[in-house]
Amino acid sequence: MSMTDIRVNPTTRMDAAQMIESEPEERYTQQIIRRFRKNRLAVAGLVVIILLILTGLFAPWLTPHNPNELTAVFSASPSTTHLLGTDQVGRDVLSRLIYATRISLIVGFITVSIYVTIGTILGLISAYYGGWMDMIVMRLADIFMSFPYLMVILVVVSILGSSLTTIILVLALFSWPTVARLVRGSVLSLKELDYVKAGVALGLSPARIMFSHILPNALGPIIVNATFGVAAAILSEAGLSFLGMGIQPPTPSWGNMLSDAQSLTVLTNQLWLWVPAGSILLVTVLAINFMGDGLRDALDPKQ
Amino acid sequence: MLPYIVRRLLIAIPVLIGITILNFCIVNLAPGNPVDMFIDPNTPQQLVEAKKEMLGLNDPLIIQYFKWLWQLLQGGFGYSFSSFAPVTHIIGERIGPTLMLTSISLTLGLLIAIPIGILSAVKQNTRFDYIITGLSFIWTSMPQFFLGLGLIYLFALHFKILPTGGMLTIGGDDNFADRIKHLILPVSVLTIAIIGKKIRYVRASMLDVLKQDYLRTARAKGLHAFIVTNKHALRNALIPIITVFGMEIPLLLGGSIIIEQIFQWPGIGQLTMQSILSRDYPTLMGLNFIAAIIVLATNLFMDILYFVADPRVKYN
Repeated sequence: MSMTDIRVNPTTRMDAAQMIESEPEERYTQQIIRRFRKNRLAVAGLVVIILLILTGLFAPWLTPHNPNELTAVFSASPSTTHLLGTDQVGRDVLSRLIYATRISLIVGFITVSIYVTIGTILGLISAYYGGWMDMIVMRLADIFMSFPYLMVILVVVSILGSSLTTIILVLALFSWPTVARLVRGSVLSLKELDYVKAGVALGLSPARIMFSHILPNALGPIIVNATFGVAAAILSEAGLSFLGMGIQPPTPSWGNMLSDAQSLTVLTNQLWLWVPAGSILLVTVLAINFMGDGLRDALDPKQ
Repeated sequence: MLPYIVRRLLIAIPVLIGITILNFCIVNLAPGNPVDMFIDPNTPQQLVEAKKEMLGLNDPLIIQYFKWLWQLLQGGFGYSFSSFAPVTHIIGERIGPTLMLTSISLTLGLLIAIPIGILSAVKQNTRFDYIITGLSFIWTSMPQFFLGLGLIYLFALHFKILPTGGMLTIGGDDNFADRIKHLILPVSVLTIAIIGKKIRYVRASMLDVLKQDYLRTARAKGLHAFIVTNKHALRNALIPIITVFGMEIPLLLGGSIIIEQIFQWPGIGQLTMQSILSRDYPTLMGLNFIAAIIVLATNLFMDILYFVADPRVKYN
């Protein structure tokens, strides 16, 4: 290609610019949707997640019994009245499983939205301003990441007292660094691109450059990370509740339902008390991970 | 290389100080104070005050922090609230079993994940690759306590070929076979979690390298596929894997709490649970601090190793 080919005259350049401008916004979204739909496992994951959300929303209409109602039969094996049997104090296991969906989804989605917001803002600031700001934010991230995740969360939640709010806040407090590092990384490379420099030259405010020019281009990895984060948060809550430091009974959570199986009698003879709760937890996490994987391929075709 | 290591160590200093501050804050968030919690409510107020004064609980928080730090610099974490033994001593007794469990799992994880990940990359988009990818998804999504309980149910209660937990058979003779039997289930749970994640990393890292021009050159020269994969590609693919395995340490330490609880393994995970239940703050502070130091040290070591392994890494 010769030099003359590259030097286009101003009018054609305008046309090109207009063409890019007029490329409808949804073309890009449509592309992503098309690529996502090709991944059958990811679509299946999405369907499962939607079903779970609906289950959580309509729990009162779906449950055969009140989840906290004590019936006369303790540890009854599955029957027509109690499809998945009853637990050690006579509550219907199926109804508790259905209600527990709410806890898992609330913890998963709210925790992630909190820490992704914090992590994104800190990552943006850190990368955009650099220097001291960057040093402080990144060292803070190092400090928080040095504590083994589950261990420190367990200790903090046990000290503060375990309620749904504490669990969410503590999980978020120790999860933002990954997002901050991720955002910082992509902003550092985006910052060097011409369109950002053009923005600076035009005198746009740093906030406008960061949020409306840099952030949209760094969104892909953030969304993927957030999706996997939902699965991780759900697993962490279940782990905490399993150890007796998370959601406290009578509120049902998949983790605290599995906690009963630490007794060998339950483990051996009352499979309905722990196998369904563990399986639904596995399916939920698997569905979210499949979806995250599909999103990664759809948002970043290079990989 | 030396300037890089020095720089890296200098960066670690503020992080270390931050760890001590955060660790101190966490434990002092506790409402009330330990004396009120442990002492008999009928004790005369004067005695309670004297005890608080003795333990330094009436000092401002910042003074308490520096006292704790001073103690730390002399190599101590104080005394346990529940057993009154030195915390260093209690942790020292329990760290061995945890290190054994985690190091065996990590080694096994490496030995299994690397070859399978490579094979999966080399045979990209074959049935083998799909099965391995599918399995690795299931393994990463598997809640460790569910897998642990399932394995106990199957192998200890149903088939009765392995013990349900503990490190040794109580009252049995302490032999090698017995120890191995007790290790199998907890090690399997941790190893499965590790290989699930790592297979995908190894695969992705290998695929990245396989696309490089120098590999095409190697193949074009007529080198045997085996040599291209294992000599030219593997060396470069392994570099990012070093760091990724380093990142596994905090997850292993955290995960060991659940594993040790399920399998009654007498390590620091079980100690953490016991200290939480007995509100033994000095021990918790010690545990948290040691765990954070282990993580900090491994990260430092991995960074330096990465720098040594990959001459392309620029330090700024």
